[in-house]
Amino acid sequence: MEHLEHFRQEVRDWLEENCPPSMRTPLVPEEEVWGGRNAEYVNPESKLWLERMGNKGWTAPNLPKEYGGGGLDRDQTKVLHQELYRIKARPALNSFGIWMLAPCIIEFGSEEQKREHLPKIIKGEIRWCQGYSEPGSGSDLASLSTKAEDMGDHYLVNGQKVWTSYADKADWIFALVRTGPKEPKHNGISFLLIDMATEGVSTKPITLISGKSPFCETFFDNVKAPKENLVGVENSGWTIAKKLLQHERNFISNFGLAGGGTGSGADVVNIAKKYLGETNGQIANQAHRENITLHKMKEHAFGLTLQRSGDEGAKASAASSMFKYYGTEHNKDRYELMIAAMGNKGLGWTNEGFSDDEQAITKAWLRTKANSIEGGTSEVQLNVISRRVLDLPN
Amino acid sequence: MKLILSEEQQFLKDTAQSFARDKTPVTHFREMRDNENSQCWDESVWKEMVELGWSGILVPEKFGGSEFGMAGISVIMQELGKTLTPSPILSTSVLGVSAINMLGSDIQKENYLPKIAAGELTTALAIDEGNHHDPFAIEATAVLDGDGWILNGKKVFVVDGASADTVLLVVRTSGKSGESNGISVFAANNDSPGLNITKIATADSRNYANIEMSDLKLDQNALLGEQDLAGETLEKILDLGRIAISAEMLGNTEEAFEVTVNYLKERKQFGVQIGSFQALQHRAAKMFCEIELTKSAVIAAMHAADENSNELERLASLAKFQAGETLHLVSNEAIQMHGGIGVTDEYDIGFYLKRARVAEQIFGTSEFHQARYADISGF
Repeated sequence: MEHLEHFRQEVRDWLEENCPPSMRTPLVPEEEVWGGRNAEYVNPESKLWLERMGNKGWTAPNLPKEYGGGGLDRDQTKVLHQELYRIKARPALNSFGIWMLAPCIIEFGSEEQKREHLPKIIKGEIRWCQGYSEPGSGSDLASLSTKAEDMGDHYLVNGQKVWTSYADKADWIFALVRTGPKEPKHNGISFLLIDMATEGVSTKPITLISGKSPFCETFFDNVKAPKENLVGVENSGWTIAKKLLQHERNFISNFGLAGGGTGSGADVVNIAKKYLGETNGQIANQAHRENITLHKMKEHAFGLTLQRSGDEGAKASAASSMFKYYGTEHNKDRYELMIAAMGNKGLGWTNEGFSDDEQAITKAWLRTKANSIEGGTSEVQLNVISRRVLDLPN
Repeated sequence: MKLILSEEQQFLKDTAQSFARDKTPVTHFREMRDNENSQCWDESVWKEMVELGWSGILVPEKFGGSEFGMAGISVIMQELGKTLTPSPILSTSVLGVSAINMLGSDIQKENYLPKIAAGELTTALAIDEGNHHDPFAIEATAVLDGDGWILNGKKVFVVDGASADTVLLVVRTSGKSGESNGISVFAANNDSPGLNITKIATADSRNYANIEMSDLKLDQNALLGEQDLAGETLEKILDLGRIAISAEMLGNTEEAFEVTVNYLKERKQFGVQIGSFQALQHRAAKMFCEIELTKSAVIAAMHAADENSNELERLASLAKFQAGETLHLVSNEAIQMHGGIGVTDEYDIGFYLKRARVAEQIFGTSEFHQARYADISGF
């Protein structure tokens, strides 16, 4: 414990010296940092903050030091997060590379791949996107058909991915490809890293019910991917794919408590008091108040469950399905309650008649509908719980 | 506050688990019900629990207890809940001990607590007067009369009231119904003249009583602590009771769920195990999630009680709400998923439904605690 308090002081001193003043102010969306070759920094201090945190390895505190990570243990990582939270520091880097890919490279990658990719991910030099879903392969992901043919020193990739977040801004993609067309479907998949700058790769953005989105379609037209970019063994990519999905689910389910990640991060109780009015300090309308209370109580119990899971130090796997299912359904519920409380003010589309915050909530409400679809639908999560946790028969 | 059990608490839980499995499986409860045992709990079983130290878990060491705290007694109740083990542990070891310890004078503690820890005395807390739990809606009165008190009024649905040696009577010494001020608590022997205790027969075949006080005369020293000032402490005592019964309800839920999931794996229709049907799988998976949330709410509440957290009230209400909602869901689904056999008396699963609804009422339903949570949170 004493050792940990010493570490806390170190962190505190370092942050005091290195976290630029504007990085301690509330984040504005256009200043969000995702890194990459083509990153543009509206605020020069975001770049500085990324460089300092990246060099320290604290953008990925729990990854090993030898690959550029922070090398912190679980308790130290917690302390770092607490200290960052204390000074209300903005995230130095948002990164699919850190959230999803890095843990899989650590587990399945070769030494060369670790040395090549991890430091660049951690420093935010290379931005990654995820090539999983295809037009014909959503929940049944293993039916994917983007093919990679063995051409000796490289694979020749042809096919299409969909729902590739930020494909138009990413430098590299981690993709599932079919290398064994004659194998049973789960046994013919490989996990391949592809440079988006390679000839034959193209992207096209997708517009959602909520308007503009980071999602893209990604096309591969005779793309040559060097063989050294295969992670793990050929045709055994499905194991890596599933592991990565667990990391993704953990990441998405955290949105359930973070205020949705989009919109104004508004609290449903404050919204209700503002738009429905107050009687003696209470939400004026009883029916709304009851619905919101139920929601907040479930949120409280869910938050305690996330905490308990951390305290137990339990391995992810099946628990991550529960968190993904519950967190995303809960988040959808939150936005339904919010726009219901706002009445006709919750239904704006542009700024004629609606404030920026109001429109943001409407858009966020629509965006949450995808939360329980992306990263494995709620129904798929319930299947996983049934089979893996409850051991119910197929 | 870490949401895990200490080694000591885990040990108590393991001990209680073996005890319930070996000494009081559900057949124990069934026998008692079939024999119309008037007390609804077994003296010899209670004696064994006392020997294990469970009666004195909340009793201070100097009065013969172990001070293992709310977490200690809650995990025991959780395990006892799995086999529907009836005992006066809630009414005596949680409510009685807490009331006497938190309200009583040193002399009163000296008088009662060692006896409770030694299993020589059981208690009941008589509070509600109407059809719904409402702790300050007290109309029963105590009036000073010379150097003693005269009590009048009625109490209903008193947990273990039909067997308690000493009844703790919550009455009004001033103010009017609904106010927290003016509430006092008196301890009376069950054979006091003017105290009429009538056992009521509830669906869960457990021990409850209605109580009438007609000119019940009590000594000055029957008053626990100070006159008029019990209201606030009473809320805390009730919160401990709420947490303990939430733990028991979690145990009820876990067992009903496990039995049901096992049934889904055994029962065959259309040539396959019914557990292979997605219509049932998804409902089972949703119940699993709610049970996980309940575990978290209960463990947070019991640790909050032991740490004297200022979140105690909110967490107690959250625990009772979540435990009630989940048990309600699981007890209904358990019956439905068992199909025809689920509605027969021969099969145990129906006991869990009956116990569930009664337990949901005790110290406030989900609706009660939802409203309380909203008020405390400033919604």
